[in-house]
Amino acid sequence: MAKKITLPLTDETIKDLKAGDSVLITGSMLTGRDAAHKRLYELLENGEKLPVDIDGEVIYYVGPAPAKPGHAVGPAGPTSSYRMDKYAPALLDRGLKGMIGKGARNQAVIDSMIKNGCVYFAAIGGAAALISNSIKKMETLAYEDLGTEAIYRFYVEDFPAIVAIDSKGNSVLVTKAVNDGKES
Amino acid sequence: MDIRIIKAAAVTDAVKKLYMDMNYYIGDDIMSALLKAEDGESSPTGKSVLSQIIENDRIAAREEVPLCQDTGMAVLFVEYGERVVIDGGSFEDAVQEGVRRAYIDGYLRKSVVDDPVFDRVNTKDNTPAIIYTTIVPGDKIKILAGCKGFGSENMSAIKMLTPSAGLEGVKKFILDTVKYAGPNPCPPIVVGVGIGGTFEKAAMLAKKATLRPINTDNSDPRYAALEKELLADINAMGFGPAGLGGDNTALGVNIEYFPTHIAGMPVAVNICCHAARHKETEI
Repeated sequence: MAKKITLPLTDETIKDLKAGDSVLITGSMLTGRDAAHKRLYELLENGEKLPVDIDGEVIYYVGPAPAKPGHAVGPAGPTSSYRMDKYAPALLDRGLKGMIGKGARNQAVIDSMIKNGCVYFAAIGGAAALISNSIKKMETLAYEDLGTEAIYRFYVEDFPAIVAIDSKGNSVLVTKAVNDGKES
Repeated sequence: MDIRIIKAAAVTDAVKKLYMDMNYYIGDDIMSALLKAEDGESSPTGKSVLSQIIENDRIAAREEVPLCQDTGMAVLFVEYGERVVIDGGSFEDAVQEGVRRAYIDGYLRKSVVDDPVFDRVNTKDNTPAIIYTTIVPGDKIKILAGCKGFGSENMSAIKMLTPSAGLEGVKKFILDTVKYAGPNPCPPIVVGVGIGGTFEKAAMLAKKATLRPINTDNSDPRYAALEKELLADINAMGFGPAGLGGDNTALGVNIEYFPTHIAGMPVAVNICCHAARHKETEI
């Protein structure tokens, strides 16, 4: 049975989320992927102000497809999270509370999650049409020139995800082969 | 010798339809494999992930929206009949225009940047497509088309094995590549393998292998047996659907091979996500 959670995430909610929990997320979240992360990271490195306030936010790693007429948003499934690993700790230090993506994270991200009390959700890669039905509205917040890679705000209702890595660093992602097969 | 005239617009229309259709409607080969995987999956999470993927693919077909937001980079293998003459433009331009129209008119995501290192500015129409053309006898144009998402493309690899590595070396490299990819490339995956030829030929064969329906076997029984053996070994790894554990890490393994040099045995592994989109047409 999926847990219903609302955004923004409170510290109590984050503490209650355990790796493996299925969740349905309602509220508003930021989006951002490779190009936007690179820009945010460079601003932080130079001590400059970010174009969006990330404190307390959840960021969804996604580059949506265009919306058809009559649709609030186009298909919008998660992209691979590891490409954001280089940038994530700096954003977590700035107050980011959650990330949604797919696939593994490196140890530096996990350590930063434990330190900052954050959670990493996995959405199902390739389930873009299904997921987009839970996104009710989107607005462009920053970096419009990046097209699909811009930072948007998504308003979601019962967005389906799984707690992949919780705030204690426990993970349900299978990152090492359970059985190596027959090869020597 | 008779020639056949094909209008450039007919090529454009055919390519546009290929790309819109493949992005909205998952192939029967993949849907059958997903249903079978769901049926046999012992992990409750894995089963739930597979059900959601199946539901997703049905929603995409029903609403005629892309089943994955990463509508990929367009790759086409063309067999161009030597008696065909294109009227009203060049073949290359006609194909590029078909891709452009599919991605713009079909609400597909534009995911191509013009320069890989310095500028990285989106071309806004998903061109250029990558076109591999072979001239063949006849008066038809046969197009095998795919769109390749990069979550899985990034997990692909090539290795210049040498003959002493043998069959065991080939297997080890393929399995190691899949292990390294782990939960990242949207499992359950399709594994395309190219063996032989030269450096680039092996990679092209691997790409072509991902576009072959997964319910078909290599025509050489030894390679067909290797496809089955590798599939079983990969599924024993336990990454499972979405990398959350389970019995289904791959839906299929397709191998293509080609003669090679006495000193070499190149192996390329092109990994594709479960949204393995491919479609063929003949003009």
